[in-house]
Amino acid sequence: MISNITKKAIEDFLKDGRRLDGRKPDEFRKIKVETGVVEKAEGSAIVSIGDSQVIVGVKLDVGEPFPDTPDKGVLMTGAELTAMSSGEFESGPPGEDAIEVARVVDRAIRESEVINLEKLCITPGEKVWMVFVDIYTLNANGNIFDAACLAAMAALSTARLPEYKDGEIIRDSKKKLPVDGTVVSATFAKIGGHIVVDPTMEEEEASSARITVGVKDGNIVSLQKGGDGGFSDKEIEEVLGRAIKHSKNLLKALK
Amino acid sequence: MEKKPKYLIKGGKRLDGRKPEEFRKMKISTGVVKNADGSAVAEFGKTRVVAAVYGPRELHPRHMIMSNKALVRVKYDMLSFSVEDRKRPGPGRREVEISKVLSEAFRNVVFTEKFPRAAIDVFVSVVQADASTRITGLNAASVALADAGIPMRSLVTGMTFGKVYDGKGRGHVVVDVFKPEDQWGMADVAYARSYSTGEVVLLQMDGNMTKEEFLKGKEMADKAIDAVYKEQVRALKEKYVEGLE
Repeated sequence: MISNITKKAIEDFLKDGRRLDGRKPDEFRKIKVETGVVEKAEGSAIVSIGDSQVIVGVKLDVGEPFPDTPDKGVLMTGAELTAMSSGEFESGPPGEDAIEVARVVDRAIRESEVINLEKLCITPGEKVWMVFVDIYTLNANGNIFDAACLAAMAALSTARLPEYKDGEIIRDSKKKLPVDGTVVSATFAKIGGHIVVDPTMEEEEASSARITVGVKDGNIVSLQKGGDGGFSDKEIEEVLGRAIKHSKNLLKALK
Repeated sequence: MEKKPKYLIKGGKRLDGRKPEEFRKMKISTGVVKNADGSAVAEFGKTRVVAAVYGPRELHPRHMIMSNKALVRVKYDMLSFSVEDRKRPGPGRREVEISKVLSEAFRNVVFTEKFPRAAIDVFVSVVQADASTRITGLNAASVALADAGIPMRSLVTGMTFGKVYDGKGRGHVVVDVFKPEDQWGMADVAYARSYSTGEVVLLQMDGNMTKEEFLKGKEMADKAIDAVYKEQVRALKEKYVEGLE
């Protein structure tokens, strides 16, 4: 929870186009991407956006395909807003906020088709690779959506694909997970009449609404509006343009 | 398993014969759940969703009580037999997420400050699913809240739109997606606005669209939303205004 005085300060600063941490309304915090942080995982990454830090691990297992996609691998994305990462979070099974993070990241990865799930089929209708992307917050200070999406992308694009021989999974493989292209997301918060990119937790709490835009190759691949407030038509159009612009810088951070 | 069709639109006609900007036959009626304070059922083609409102009433669990306003919470669920392959009963992650975005859409319009410490519960049950279930549920829930006499800034009215391919793989923007378009289409968007204030209160998308395609679809959906709003008002008047044929 933030105090009314902080909320007021955030709003007053924005009237002059400023933010409490000195950024401009359309400026991201510093992004840091580190991959290969967990050797046991097939792919992993820690991503920091300012003080927000997220770790993602990718594990692969062999399982049954879904009946409606017998020749495709399975993607499963989970997220936990861990109690250790913020005083605001509680331990226990994932709540609706964590589920939303997982589903928004899942949708961006799935709909942008960056993982070639057809190449993850072992025996059609019987055995396929299941890709588990698990997201944990290490330190939460706003915009977990974009940090999680970046970390998932970084972990997936550096992940190994194990070999499957005689019913056994051989994990020390040189093969790479079939990943093609990159999807990134940009999240905005609406505070008063202003829209800021990459909100801090204080800014998220001062905001009435949030919107996350997934972008691949300049196209929009996912959208998720959150919060009790609303956006005008003009604001939606503006946010789409800003997200496409930011996607170029986010892609650079992944390189 | 059904095979992916060669096209979802051909010569400006969709698989069910609709034009791109055409929505399915729709009907909304109120007062279907007698015990509830307000209720409605909405049908869009084969998609049929019931919404029931209880409240304002005492809020449990008590730690969720807010001293300055009421808590609006929507619970979206799909009945197990509403889809082709039986759905495991009970809310999964999909249902939790949809419940969250629907709750947020209605918190935008309900005068929650009029009922401190109370709960306003909205139950949304999908009886039969042929895509666009969350928006059909939203259109029903909106009428159910009005039927329950909950003061609101506006009705919330929604529409889906999407992108489907023709025989050459080119994308076409359409409104009110149904099952084959949802399953095989190139993109779909759930979209709702607070009708009187014009604000967009629900927006979710997956697929792949350019910004221009998105904005074109949104404009087409806005026209359809005008018609849905009229149907919502008609459904309410049917119950409350005497002498209406």
